[in-house]
Parts: sequence; C-alpha cells; structure tokens
Amino acid sequence: MDNNELNLPGYEIPDDMKNTVAITSLDRLYNWGRRSSVWPLMFGLACCAIEMIAAQASRYDLARFGMEVMRPTPRQADLMIVSGTVTKKMVPAIVRLYNQMPEPKYVMAMGACASSGGPFKEGYNVVAGIDKFLPVDIYVPGCPPTPQALMNGLIMLQKKIDKESISKVRWYRKGADTVEVPVPILGPDLIDVRRIPDIKSKVAELSNPPAQREA
Amino acid sequence: MYGKGLLKGLGVTFVRFFNTYWEDLTWMWRRVTTGEKRYHSAEGIAHRSSKNTRGIFTVQYPEEKLPVPEEFRYIPFLVYDEGADGAKEIRCTSCGICSKVCPPQCIWIVRGTDPSTGRPKPQPAEFYIDADICMNCGFCAEYCPFDAIKMDHDYELASYTRTLLPMEKLMKPASYYAEIRPLNAAREDEARKAKEAAKAAKAEAAAA
Amino acid sequence: MTTPASVSTVDLAARFPGIVSADSRPGYSGWIINADKLIEVATAIRDEFGYDLLSSVTGVDYPADGKMEVVYHAFKTTGGSIFVFKVQMPRDDPVVSSLVPVWKGAELQEREAWDLLGIKFTNHPDLRRILMWEGFEGHPLRKDWKEPFYEEELKPFKSRWPDGKHTIAEAKNPFRDNVQFPVGFDPEKYTFEDPEQALYTSLRKYQSEDKDGIKTDHILVNMGPQHPSTHGVFRAVVMLDGEDIVSLKPVMGYLHRNHEKIGERNTFLQNMPYTDRLDYFNSMSNNFGYALAVEKLMGIQVAERADYIRVIMAELTRIQNHLIWAGMMLNDLGAMYTPALYAFEERELILDIFEATAGSRMMCNYFRFGGVARDMTEDALRKTRELVHDRLPGKVDEMDRLLTDNEVLVSRLKGMGYLSAEDAINTSMTGPMLRASGVPYDIRRADPYSVYDRFEFDVVSRPEGDMYARYLVRIEEMRQSLKILEQALKQIPAGPILSGKPQYQVKIQPGEAYGRVEAPKGELGYYIVSNGKPNPYRYHVRAPSFINLTSLEMLCVGEKIADFVAILGAVDIVLGELDR
Ligand code: SF4
Ligand code: SF4
Ligand code: SF4
Repeated sequence: MDNNELNLPGYEIPDDMKNTVAITSLDRLYNWGRRSSVWPLMFGLACCAIEMIAAQASRYDLARFGMEVMRPTPRQADLMIVSGTVTKKMVPAIVRLYNQMPEPKYVMAMGACASSGGPFKEGYNVVAGIDKFLPVDIYVPGCPPTPQALMNGLIMLQKKIDKESISKVRWYRKGADTVEVPVPILGPDLIDVRRIPDIKSKVAELSNPPAQREA
Repeated sequence: MYGKGLLKGLGVTFVRFFNTYWEDLTWMWRRVTTGEKRYHSAEGIAHRSSKNTRGIFTVQYPEEKLPVPEEFRYIPFLVYDEGADGAKEIRCTSCGICSKVCPPQCIWIVRGTDPSTGRPKPQPAEFYIDADICMNCGFCAEYCPFDAIKMDHDYELASYTRTLLPMEKLMKPASYYAEIRPLNAAREDEARKAKEAAKAAKAEAAAA
Repeated sequence: MTTPASVSTVDLAARFPGIVSADSRPGYSGWIINADKLIEVATAIRDEFGYDLLSSVTGVDYPADGKMEVVYHAFKTTGGSIFVFKVQMPRDDPVVSSLVPVWKGAELQEREAWDLLGIKFTNHPDLRRILMWEGFEGHPLRKDWKEPFYEEELKPFKSRWPDGKHTIAEAKNPFRDNVQFPVGFDPEKYTFEDPEQALYTSLRKYQSEDKDGIKTDHILVNMGPQHPSTHGVFRAVVMLDGEDIVSLKPVMGYLHRNHEKIGERNTFLQNMPYTDRLDYFNSMSNNFGYALAVEKLMGIQVAERADYIRVIMAELTRIQNHLIWAGMMLNDLGAMYTPALYAFEERELILDIFEATAGSRMMCNYFRFGGVARDMTEDALRKTRELVHDRLPGKVDEMDRLLTDNEVLVSRLKGMGYLSAEDAINTSMTGPMLRASGVPYDIRRADPYSVYDRFEFDVVSRPEGDMYARYLVRIEEMRQSLKILEQALKQIPAGPILSGKPQYQVKIQPGEAYGRVEAPKGELGYYIVSNGKPNPYRYHVRAPSFINLTSLEMLCVGEKIADFVAILGAVDIVLGELDR
C-alpha cells in the first residue's frame, strides 16, 4: 500500500460522526496492519470447518489476505471462526478459549449453526447460536458457506476493522480492557452463569404453577 | 539405500515447483499468440478447474470468482413475473408444500385473504425464510408445484446481524431466475406452456 | 438392487427351545432372546453359527407395550447377510447383561444406549454417559422425553402454514433459551460434582518405584476437545508413564447434534439432507446407506441408471476421502501441509462434479428413494471421465511416490498401533481398519448392494495390522475405486433416474430395516423402524468412526504419547459421524 492510498479514506464517514471522529493517518496505518494479518484460531467444530480448511487450501488461499497463519493456541489468535454447530457440551470450552484470546479479538459465526443453531437448532444439546455467549462481529449465512462466501465474510470483517479508531477501541481505554465471558456450567442442563437469578425465579414459578398458567 | 524414498518424494515436489513456472511461461507465450490470459479471465479460470490444471491453482477471489454451476444452491428466493405495468405477480400460491417439506422447518407462510370476501386467496400475505436455520437442501425448490421458489446463486450474504429474510427480500424477478438457471427455466417454461395449452384445448373442447 | 437370497438359515429357536423365539411382528425379523440367557446364546451365535462380528447395538423404546428392546446386528466376516437378534425388557426397569465379555465391540455402543435410552447393562466395565455429560437430566431418546424446543411430536409443524407468523423458538421456551430444568432446581445451590471425576477414576492408575527407590506417579494428560490434530472436537484422556501411554479413554459428545432425536421427528425424506451432515466429507455415501435402508422398507426398485450414478458418486467420494486422509495423516505426523494441499487440489476437482450435479460441494442431498435427484449432465459425465481416465490415476501415483517409500514416514508407521485380526473382529472394526488387520471384509463384495456385483475389483487387505498397512490399504483402495469408476462409466445405461414419481411423502409399511454400505470409513448402517406413519419410529445410525474407536485404547497402550495423534489419525474419524 503506498502513501497515496494510505491517505485516502476508503470508507464513508457517517454525517453524524464527522465532527466527533478524527480519522487519522495513524488510524489507517494501524488498521491496515491489523486487517492484513488477522490470524484465525485453528479451531474446527463441524462441517463448516472443512470449508474453512478448503478456504485455506490452494484453490482459495487465504494467505492472500494474510490469514494463512492458523494458530492452534488462542494466545496468538485474533479471530475466532466459530465454524460449526456449538453444542452445550462444547460451549464451556469455547468460552474459555475466547477468554484466553488477547485483544483485539473478533468472532465470526460461520454458517447457520453458529449463527443460530441452524438445522440442528431444535436439538437438545445444541446452543442456539454462539451469540448467546460471545459478541459476534460477523455472521456468514449458508450451510455450509462456500469458501468464497467465507472469504466474503472475512472481507466484511476487514471493512469493520477499517472503521475502528485507535482512540476509540476498547482495549486502549481505561477500565477493563477485555471482554471476559463467565464460563457456563454443565448442570442438569446448560447453566448460563449470568442468568442464574433469572433461571432461579423461572424454575420456582414453573415448579409451583399458579392456577391460571394452564390457560 | 536409505534416503531414496525421501529423494523420490522431493522429486515430486520439485516437479510441482518447476511446473508452476513452466505453466506461467507457456501461458505467457499463449498470451502473445492467442491473447488468452491465465489470470483474471474466464478461460484462465476454466483452465485452472480442468483436468489439465497444474502450477498455480488459486482462483483469486474477490478479483476473480469461480463461476458457479447452474445447479448450485444457496438460500432460496421467490420468483415473480413482471406484469404489464411493472406489477410484481408473485408465482407463489401459498399452497404450503415448501413449508411442509422443509427439513428444519424454517419457512413461515401466512396465507393471504381476499379483503372483499375474507376468504383465503392463493397468495402469501407474509413469507419468511430464516436464513440462519436454512440448510440449503433445495427441497423447497424441488417440490414446489408452481416453480415459485428457487435456489439462489448469491452467496455473498455476510452481514453484521442475523439474517431473517421477509418476503420483500426474497422476491426476485423471473428474468433473474432465467439468467442464473437458463436450462431449468427454459424447461419449466416449456412445461408450463404445454400445460396451459392442454388446459385451453380442453376448455375449448368442453365449450364446443 | 440386489438383496442376497440367503436370508439366514440359522434356526436359533430350535437350538435354544424356550429361550429364543422368532420375532413374529409383521415386518420384523430375527430372534428374540430371553434377557437372562443372552450371554449364553450370544456366545453360541458367535462360536457355533459363525457370526463373529457384532456390527451394531442399539435400543428401541416401545412405551405402548411397556417394553424396551435392544437390537443386535451381527454378521460373518466371511460374507453373507446380516443376522438380527433382540432382547426385550420391561420399560420401567430395563436391565440386561452386557455383551462386552463376548464382543468387546459392544462397549461404546452400550454406553450410548445407556446414555440416550437409559438401558442398564450389567457387568459393563465402564458404564458412563458417553454423548451427554454426566449429570444431564433424562435419557433423550426415550419417547416421553421432550427437548426444550419441543414443538410438536412430528414434522411438519402446524405453526408454519397457513398462519405462519415468524417466531423464534426461544420465544416459546420459559427460559428464553434452549434449556430446561427439573422441578425444584436451584442453580445457586447446585453443587455440581465434577463430571470429569468418574472419567478420571475409570483410567488405570499407575505407580512404580525404580531400583533407587524413586517413586514415579502417573501423569494425566487431556488432549482436546480443542487440539489441532484431533480432527475436530474429539478429546482423549491419557494416562502416562513418562512418555508411554498406560491407559486412555476417548471422550466424545462435543459435537453431539441429536441426529437421531431430530431424525425421529423428521419425515423420511427430510432425513436425507441431515444424513449429509454425518460424515461431512462423504455425504454421498451417507445418502447411499440411508436410501438403501428406506428402499428396503418400501420394497421398491432403483432405476438402473440411478444405480450407476450412485456407484460413481460413492466411489468418487471414496477417492477424495482417502486422498484427504493421506494428507491429514501426514499433517498429524508433522509434515505440515504439502501432502494435504496436494490432496485438496484433487478434492476440489471432484467437488466440482458434485456441485454441478447435486448443487452443493459438500452437502449433496442427492439421493432420493428409488433413484437420484437429477441426472448427471453430459458435461458432468465428460468431466468425470476426464478425471478418472486422465488425471486421478496419475495423482494417486504421485501421492504414492511422494509418501510411500519416505523413510521418515515408514519408520513412524511401521509396526506402530498394532491390531491383530482377532482383536479387530472382536472390537467390531470395519472398513480399512479391519482390512489392514488381514480380514478381507468389504460389504461391496461380502453382501453386495446396488450394482456392485457387476464390477470387477479386488478387496484390498494387508496382513500386518499396523499403521503402515492402513496407509497402504487406503492408497490401493483408491486404485480399485478408479477401476470400478472406469467400468461404471463405460456401462452406464440411458434411462430414467427415478423409479416412480418424485414425491415428498413416501408410503412405508410398518417394520424394520437395516441398510448398510461400505463407506470410506467402514460399515455405515442405518437401522430404521417404521410404524406406518410418515416419520420413522426409530432411526439409528451405526457410525463407523464411532465404533472404530472401541479399539483406540488397545492401539495406543504401550506406544509413545507423540504417536497417539498419528494412531488416531490412522483410524480416520470424522466428528459429525462420531458424535452424531
Ligand atoms: S451450518 Fe451446516 S455445514 Fe455448517 S456446521 Fe451447521 S450443519 Fe454443518
Ligand atoms: S413457494 Fe411454492 S410450494 Fe411454497 S407455498 Fe408457494 S407455491 Fe406452495
Ligand atoms: S433450502 Fe431446504 S432448509 Fe432451506 S428453506 Fe428450502 S427446504 Fe428449507
């Protein structure tokens, strides 16, 4: 990327933000560096993972986007491609992996299953979308998304990164610098720790049904 | 001899390595003589997907895209015919077969009612496909008796939110359908015309 | 479709009067054995009648009769059709003796039946839940168990049409999520015992003292579910002495997608695209097995051209599976990427054919009852011919040249992960695993289905029983597949591709059927019980990846931890099928 390109904002600034955001050349350099080296976590869940591998292989070749370095450890990864069905048994591990990823971190829900449970949504061991637990940055519909559809999603993610500003991003601000999600517990069913009071009151209500509940 | 197998294997990789350059050189020559290009051209992509492909195999999305075959399926869409004054005449009669046959049950149809009589009319009032549940199986298109729902070729659907497709987003013109699936569209049109002709002939015979 | 004429001639009832009776329900077959004499009869079935390989064990719940049934399918490794026997128990207390003493291959399957149906197997060495976690409430495949997003007993659901206002499933659940909790449950007071504890205690403990009096304790290592080379979300818990594996337990269920529960809600046709997602590398073979099972129940013929197309698709699938396997295997051995990338190139070319014919690269959903969904176009046929004649043989040879003699590969594979023929049979291995142990058993030859009896090909088998043999078997199998493809492409007749009309609601008589194919990973079987409704009453998948893992501990004990990944890779598992 030469200087000329670096100085051209390749994106629209919404009118209401024009005066509040100063998009500097530094931002552009910063974002360009990050968008061109998004390292995904080597993490396959189900069928979609095979298309993810196919996208890494020679026909589609994610190396062209600087994304060929799939890291098996979350400590070195920037992007978690949730590629497949998220099951209740697996979700504690996924949340733990996410917590271990350093900022900046992005999550992509690849395929119908990761977006909302997909064809297996009605199953008793299936989490209806990873966005129930993790903040998802980009959704790629399809079952499975073809490698080109996946790449389209990754390009969208790059666009999202382009819009970020070094002065605004959460990992440089004061306070908690990272998103930590409490790890869900496997009880009689999956317990989302953040919703324990909610679950408690609902169970109580269901256990002693008021008479009119049947109606 | 120890190491012979290793050398043999290295020979294979070397031939591959050499082919990459040889292939590009032959195409350079071809470009001079016939004007065909290996990259960023239809003939180049076809060559890279043929039995003769060697050397660089990559199709460089998004600059060049692999053409999808006619039967390729992604998310379904609803076909409408363009009426005389640009009106959208939706083909769907809201018969409900697609929603019954859909394996993950991701099609939702509200049958339309005729406002003057209050009776059901053969047109959907609402039609949803939950694209985040759809398994792209193609059953809806396969079993729709009115050729009203078809599988789309558009796979560039990534978004920042979940995708629920209401009727407005699902509707696409018949001309688009004919464009992405020319053979199928022609065959179905013919069958429909034949059916209509047979019906007309029958009506005529009855009238006579 | 050719069904072998030899419906089993064994008369078990005559051999065991009063203990065994023939299953006389209409549409059913096989023998019903008194639950308390199961071991005795099973031993006789194995030793006297020669049904030495127990293929599938599963349960069926009949709440209307107050019964729970366990169904066993066995066959002879010398060939012939399947042999079915069953035991029945009262539903409120389903207890039966475990068959592990007779066939070790029953181990994981009995655990599955316990997990999903709550059938207790006495004398089972390690009866824990397998797909769900320890502590999960209920046994999901029982007919009276409802999942949190339960809507209606059977599909299609009435809420979709004609008044199908879109609602998400969460809106109907009191917890606004895919969960449910038992009455009186208090999440704050919930003291969960570590569900892993039972798992860890099931491993063999180990302690030793060397001559200087230095004590060595065991080391426990968890591999997975997130591990770069467990081929997905598979987990193994390994007990180590230094670097040597002392004991090992596979832990699965991280991709348990409730295939069977969903399958029992679906109509028969709706299951077809779901089978794609079992072994997602080989959706064509999955379709194949399911179509065979349902066609058996329906009693219909397959159009001849369709049969050829099926064989072509299944063999193309096998080639790409084995190629990818070789690539991934080398990844596991540390030769990152080069062989895998070569393999993916050929796979892409094969997937192009699938995409042009079936519409999707991976999830083909191509088979219909009585035929296939659409014809292969001339263009696709030409492409297949080109690949089969001009490209793939050379590429298989290239893979062979690249790898087979490689000294590093040979030294890592030869003699490692040994499995003897007896053990392989006893642990219900099928597919290349069994054949690499010197048992030339291939369903395409032993119990031919479709039009496989018209082709000439060799059943590849090697006597060594080690990983190198597994590698060689797969390489050679690709050549045999090419041979079949050549013949099929030559013989393929013109004609219709579907017997009968396309229909989305098929008529099925009450009864049971077991359809099986030689999938690239082993015997893929579908056990289907119909009660005459448009939906299967019981739908069970005998998954080769799952059952082939029964022997995993046997393969690994005594080897180094570094070889575990390779041994697992050589089994060739895929998680979608393993966990279903
Ligand atoms: S979205 Fe489809 S292809 Fe992807 S994991 Fe789910 S079922 Fe498999
Ligand atoms: S799309 Fe076709 S099958 Fe579905 S309701 Fe409309 S006409 Fe019927
Ligand atoms: S493609 Fe399949 S899953 Fe998707 S809407 Fe159509 S029938 Fe339903």
